[in-house]
Amino acid sequence: MSNVPWWASEDFWRKTAIWVTAGMAVVLVVLTFDTVAAITAGHSRVPAYEVINKRIYYRMSTARGFQEPVIGADAPLFGKMLSPEEAEAMVSHGKLTLQARNCASCHTILGNGAYYAPDLTKAWLDPAWAGESAREYLMVKFLMDPTTNARGFGGKRRMPNLHLTEDEAKAVVAFLKWTSAIDTTGFPRNFTPIAQEGDR
Amino acid sequence: MNTAKLTGSAALDGGQRLAVKYFVVAIVLFGAQILFGLLAGFQYLQPDFLYGIVDFSVNRMVHINAMVVWMLFGFIGSIYWLIEDESGTEIVGLKLGNLAFWLFTIAVAIVVVVYLVVQTGPGTIESIWWINEGREYIEAPRWADVGIVVCVLIFFYNVAATFTKGRWTGIGGVLVLDLVAVAGMYLTGMFYTPNLSMDQFWWWWVIHLWVEATWEVLVGCIMAWGLIKTLGARRQIVTTWLYIEVALMLGSGILGLGHHYFWIGTPEYWLTVGGFFSALEPVPLVAMVVHAVYDSGVHRFKSPNHPALAWLIAHAFGNFFGAGVWGFMHTLPQVNVYTHGTQWSASHGHFAFFGAYATMNIAVFYLAAQKWRGNVNFGAGLVDNGWKWKWSLGLLNGGVLGMVMALLVSGYDQVFIERALEGATWSGFFKAQQNAWYLQGMWWRQVFGYMTFAGFFLLVWDLMTIGVRETRPAVFHTEVAEHAA
Repeated sequence: MSNVPWWASEDFWRKTAIWVTAGMAVVLVVLTFDTVAAITAGHSRVPAYEVINKRIYYRMSTARGFQEPVIGADAPLFGKMLSPEEAEAMVSHGKLTLQARNCASCHTILGNGAYYAPDLTKAWLDPAWAGESAREYLMVKFLMDPTTNARGFGGKRRMPNLHLTEDEAKAVVAFLKWTSAIDTTGFPRNFTPIAQEGDR
Repeated sequence: MNTAKLTGSAALDGGQRLAVKYFVVAIVLFGAQILFGLLAGFQYLQPDFLYGIVDFSVNRMVHINAMVVWMLFGFIGSIYWLIEDESGTEIVGLKLGNLAFWLFTIAVAIVVVVYLVVQTGPGTIESIWWINEGREYIEAPRWADVGIVVCVLIFFYNVAATFTKGRWTGIGGVLVLDLVAVAGMYLTGMFYTPNLSMDQFWWWWVIHLWVEATWEVLVGCIMAWGLIKTLGARRQIVTTWLYIEVALMLGSGILGLGHHYFWIGTPEYWLTVGGFFSALEPVPLVAMVVHAVYDSGVHRFKSPNHPALAWLIAHAFGNFFGAGVWGFMHTLPQVNVYTHGTQWSASHGHFAFFGAYATMNIAVFYLAAQKWRGNVNFGAGLVDNGWKWKWSLGLLNGGVLGMVMALLVSGYDQVFIERALEGATWSGFFKAQQNAWYLQGMWWRQVFGYMTFAGFFLLVWDLMTIGVRETRPAVFHTEVAEHAA
């Protein structure tokens, strides 16, 4: 026992384990306070829910070296301007629908989920929806009957019909529009957005 | 030596009798994990298979949930298995522990039936409470979350009270503190918010801080105890190693959480914090390999339980390669911005969960089987030359490794086509999914999946039969040393 140098002793490593763990936990807690403030809706990184009343597009930031979402002029979803409370309720209904229909067991969103179907983070900005003006109606039509309106891009994989009501489908679109405005630090890299009318 | 050989539950202490129940359910769920994984894998190849009946989403959810729960059941069982031996006293609150086991098991059965039969619900908070929470890995509805917390608290009471009554060892101390963290982290996932970034921020506290911190420490404790049991390793050395591993694991793993905060709306300093600390995460896993190989070498692989020792070694290497190397490959943000959310993650996930956790549970199953059979020799000269455990070891490890490599090939292909060439659009996604190389990877994954399933059947057969005709008692290395002295 007495021949064991201090740096190899049980006691030294027990204390080291405790101090290292405690130190890292403190750093994590401090960073958590900062991060939670930054990602609260309406703060620097995550948009307020009423952003669904605005046009959202994607632009290269030369300063940051990647693309970032930009909030533009009024562009009410389904032709209706919503109050902050109404917008939050609609986005929340969309997220609850996404969870209850188990969407993340096929799709990823913010890159997390399953890899059977495409990522939903930038679904609102995806070129699959032809043009900006027609997109919200095409999305609702697809969500309510994805089997008939299959978008397999030449493959056999189809989304099953999850029997979304029209309200649910519209709420999912609202949620995805809001999600597209989250600052994801350039993820996914090199994303090619929908043809942005009047932006080029 | 001359007393009649006790077998079955008569050979076990109270904690171990409860542990066996957990092990049985764990093995059933292990089988379910592979079965539903095969169904989901087949749907990649034939998308119309069970379309609209048991869709990919359902199969995949049952696949990963069965995995999480069988890991947990294995860990909980392992701790019940070692607790009386480690604390030197009878378990406290065994009846309550038994009640928790039945509650937990019935809850799991109900959740699985609802997953398979009800599948989804309307977009309301009630669906989250009663059908499906819809968040990866923790899809279990909220009522089940509450039940899990109650069961874990009972489990915690059993463990903490038993060590308090008996003796506190280094392993016991680390274990109890770790269980506080296991229970605490789970609570951070139990709330609803419409804010997706906030949701995923806290969701990772459960997923990452469980899997890459508290679970790793938990298996570190089981490994430490296992090395004492299989090799007769000296407690002081094993305990010192455990502290070193905890320091390195939590020193890197707590802030390594940051590698999940690159792209979810969180501030950019996480690129640096997450990149740096997660790059250090393989270090403790190297330490674990050194530890296991060193101890095995010092004891010249002399063990009364060869299958358990083999699975412990498989754990050390599987943890290092699966969690460490495969994680490191895509943990730096410069790589991860392309690979995040592709089959790379699936490759890493399969390797890490199997390598770090399935292997450890199987090692303890073999220690349990040995005592169940009356502490007979599971070492050299097993009846039939131990072909069943050797083949199941080979098939399970070979099968998983094959799936890992196949998924990695598909992952590379996906990243090149979808992310690098096609601008990460939906059409780019499908172009990658239909590429011949991607599909080849998926076919090979399926073939290796069948191999894994074959290994599972052989494992179950072996656990039911190993040592039945064996009469030689197990001679532990420590005893050998004492006799030699």
